[in-house]
Amino acid sequence: MARNPDADNAPVKKEIESPTSKYDAEKASSFKVVGSRPARPDGMDKVTGRARFGADMVMPGQLVGLILRSPHPHAVIKSIDSSEAEALSGVKAVVTRDDFAPNDDHADVLYNIMAREKALYEGHAVAAVAATSRPVARKALKLIKIDYDILPHVTDVDEAMSPNAPVLHDDIITKGVNPAPTKPSNVVARSEFGHGDIDAGFAQADEIIERSFKTAATHQGYIEPHACVANVGADGMSELWCCTQGHFHVRQVCASLLGIDVSRLRVTASEIGGGFGGKTTVFIEPVALALSRKAGRPVKIAMTRDEVFKASGPTASSSMNVKIGVTKDGRITAGYGEFRYQGGAFAGAPADFGAMSAFACYALDNVKTEAYDVVTNRPKGAAYRAPGAPMSVYAVESVVDELAARIGMDPIDLRLKNAAKEGARSSYGPKFGSCGLVETLEAAKAHPHYSASLGPNQGRGIASGFWFNFGGETCSNLNINADGTVTIAVGTPDIGGSRASMCIMAAEELGIPYDKVRAIVADTSALGYNDTTEGSRVTFSSGMAVIKASQQAVTEMCKRAAMMWDIPAEAVTWEDGCAKPSGPNAGDFEPLSLAEIAATAGKTGGPIAGHHEYNADGAGVSFGTHIVDTEVDPETGKVDIIRYTVIQDAGKAIHPDYVEGQFQGGAAQGIGWALNEEYIYGDDGKLQNAGFLDYRMPVASDLPMIDTVIVEVPNPGHPYGVRGVGETGIVPPLAAIANGVSAAAGVRMTELPMSPPRVLKAIDDAKVAAE
Amino acid sequence: MVQVTLSGTIQQAAGGISSLEIEAKNIRQLLNGVEKQCPDLKPELEKGIAVAINGTIYRDDWFQPIPEDSEVFLIPRLAGG
Amino acid sequence: MSGIHVSTKINGDAVEYVCDVEETLLDVLRDKLGMTGSKEGCASGDCGACSVTVDGRLTCSCLMLGAEAQGREIGTIEGIAKGTELHPVQQKILDNAALQCGVCTPGFVVAAKALLEKKPDPTETEVRYWLAGNLCRCTGYDKIIRAVMDAAAEMRGN
Repeated sequence: MARNPDADNAPVKKEIESPTSKYDAEKASSFKVVGSRPARPDGMDKVTGRARFGADMVMPGQLVGLILRSPHPHAVIKSIDSSEAEALSGVKAVVTRDDFAPNDDHADVLYNIMAREKALYEGHAVAAVAATSRPVARKALKLIKIDYDILPHVTDVDEAMSPNAPVLHDDIITKGVNPAPTKPSNVVARSEFGHGDIDAGFAQADEIIERSFKTAATHQGYIEPHACVANVGADGMSELWCCTQGHFHVRQVCASLLGIDVSRLRVTASEIGGGFGGKTTVFIEPVALALSRKAGRPVKIAMTRDEVFKASGPTASSSMNVKIGVTKDGRITAGYGEFRYQGGAFAGAPADFGAMSAFACYALDNVKTEAYDVVTNRPKGAAYRAPGAPMSVYAVESVVDELAARIGMDPIDLRLKNAAKEGARSSYGPKFGSCGLVETLEAAKAHPHYSASLGPNQGRGIASGFWFNFGGETCSNLNINADGTVTIAVGTPDIGGSRASMCIMAAEELGIPYDKVRAIVADTSALGYNDTTEGSRVTFSSGMAVIKASQQAVTEMCKRAAMMWDIPAEAVTWEDGCAKPSGPNAGDFEPLSLAEIAATAGKTGGPIAGHHEYNADGAGVSFGTHIVDTEVDPETGKVDIIRYTVIQDAGKAIHPDYVEGQFQGGAAQGIGWALNEEYIYGDDGKLQNAGFLDYRMPVASDLPMIDTVIVEVPNPGHPYGVRGVGETGIVPPLAAIANGVSAAAGVRMTELPMSPPRVLKAIDDAKVAAE
Repeated sequence: MVQVTLSGTIQQAAGGISSLEIEAKNIRQLLNGVEKQCPDLKPELEKGIAVAINGTIYRDDWFQPIPEDSEVFLIPRLAGG
Repeated sequence: MSGIHVSTKINGDAVEYVCDVEETLLDVLRDKLGMTGSKEGCASGDCGACSVTVDGRLTCSCLMLGAEAQGREIGTIEGIAKGTELHPVQQKILDNAALQCGVCTPGFVVAAKALLEKKPDPTETEVRYWLAGNLCRCTGYDKIIRAVMDAAAEMRGN
């Protein structure tokens, strides 16, 4: 039970040579703070209950906001009569679709936060009230009369694609099909990726396997429901407190939907209780602002868990076909996949990302993927950790696993033989730069887990996975305080310990101890625009902004020292937290520490600060390989996870504890997706399991310890070599577990989740087929 | 001249055209050239796309230089979780 | 609607409040008393983010009425550290980086402390089952379980 000895956790390093790289190999060889594991700056508040999350804010005179939601999965809203609710004592405002002007820039978001002509899913917001107390608000919701004209509904992706399906939107004409269809349908778009000639490739194959797969929709499952407090003044000056992954995005969208200037809306990101992509958009925030504007008082809205399930974004469910051909000696000659994803009632299912990442782990001469983005009468999907990739990779990695068995080759060897590497053409088009898939596969093969013996009814699965990662608009400020401490302001909400990483990087650049630096997430009025905390971008992008801001402050501090010494600024260097003369010719002066320079800053030219604003490019892709041992109870079909190991390329782990945490958390969410979690719809189109009891996420007793190996193949696009690590971890588990369960049960599992009834049925069907 | 490969929804939106030749020294010139040759792509370009230059993915970062003989792909703009 | 007058003890302090019959203890703590350390994750007793102790017994405060606190001793996350001195469970959660977003953390602290008071030397399996009523979506539980085992060892003087 003790922590693994350091030797087991030692990162696997790889040197890179890239003359044009922004990666600073010399610096990386002598890190003092980067790679250490200090306590996080927000930790004390979080273990004592003092940290303030979305629902913890109280504004003076605040009202309770509640939202009325459609009980029907698909219905025309003929009329809304809120007069009785408005007349109820204690009700201060009611808003409906009539309170929001049409908006071309955010048409779907607007339609989703408050239904317009139709309610498109069970739980779709149709009206909202603000009242002096919760009981009054509840009573008011019951007094709102809505006249619905109920329409037929569809919730399954394949059914939604059929010509007879009820059509959700009259204006969806499938894009990407030639000739263009003349009639509307539920298929938003078809897209295609790949290169080479798959027919020729399959002709070269000795073995070909083709299979169909399905996965259920799952929810991000953050423990904190969406919550916000909005306060709109009579002069239009507005403030919004909310739990979000991107408060600048929230400001942008809300200002647009309410028709107010961006400068008049100040958004503060609260501590955020999990997001995983689900808090990258708005649901309740514009509604709270509209209620506050109408009521003239602050309004708080906090979703219930039922609302979170029914009306905030789950991920897509999928239906997929994959066909892969391989030679006897293990060369994959062709790969083909068709990926049909439904993403709820609006366009945007991440089918294209699924198609792009499906074969990303392989360097293939012939590959083709097709993606279909489909709408159904379900809640509008939101991003969920590597959106679209876990499902498509599950399908591909399942077939690869089966092919390895068919040709009698070790599944890691088969992957190594075909692995994507630097210079190889990716299945989504561009060639890969530096990347670490091969290193994760080699580490997996060498890991004791891979060669450990298995018990009865147990099976081992492995799978690899990939995510793109990206950068985006970012800025940060860094202030050198008079006492020699440093404060950093970043604009990317801290969802998993990133403030600690920011402090580490500043401390490294400035040459001062970690505990002299404090990072905060600033509100939208304090910094320029920052893209959302998503795409595994924060440690990469905000981190680089902090490094550049630190360097700017160092330049200024060197200048101040030069002034005091009366030598040219170029003759001063920064070393170990001090300004020093750069050589014997510069003169003989005692080094000046950051604290000494800071103490006299007022007399040498004023406060010292650094800042950096940029659009971060050069995020490095991240690959991972997972190993899992599963045990299947042949009597009940229940699957236990016996042992789990995550191996992933982090580029450089700034704070290894939180890198491991991302690996472990991604794996645990993947385990839930593979084994238990699913949105279950009845024939009535209503969600049957909108609660944690029936939508069962993994609990502590479901899981073993989750081992981690941090591989470090530096990203040439970051001074410290950082790659994003947040998302890749959820990509391999679905496939790895399916491969393990298939091995243990002796039958290929092609539908997720692998809940006990489904596993039992597969075992029984296989027995019948064998007889 | 830059050889640009269109992929995914962008290729479909361009009516199936898979590659273009455009005189461009940076991403802005590239996108302007693409729009001139394929006016159908205007909505996609306005929505925002990603440009891969020699394997590195950029967003519509206008003044990112495109070196001679670069390999350039237009791909869907990524989202993340 | 008529309020119910309640006299109770919270974290050792005498507290009085008037609550509606339908209000849960969690509502009272958060909305009436400003004690927002206990979180509402589900309001159905499934996530444990609102964990408190009632006369020493671990309870989901969302499943108990505010009126039921009459004459009881309630313990919440706010009462676990003694001034600036953290409880070993809190310290070990920090040391082990056993939190990411931290919204479930108060519930885990309350539940783990209750476990260690009952059973100072739990096995890993016992810790996992005791904490099975507390959901964490970020960490995969690994570091939380290690933190609780470490805290148990420290409290035993090992």
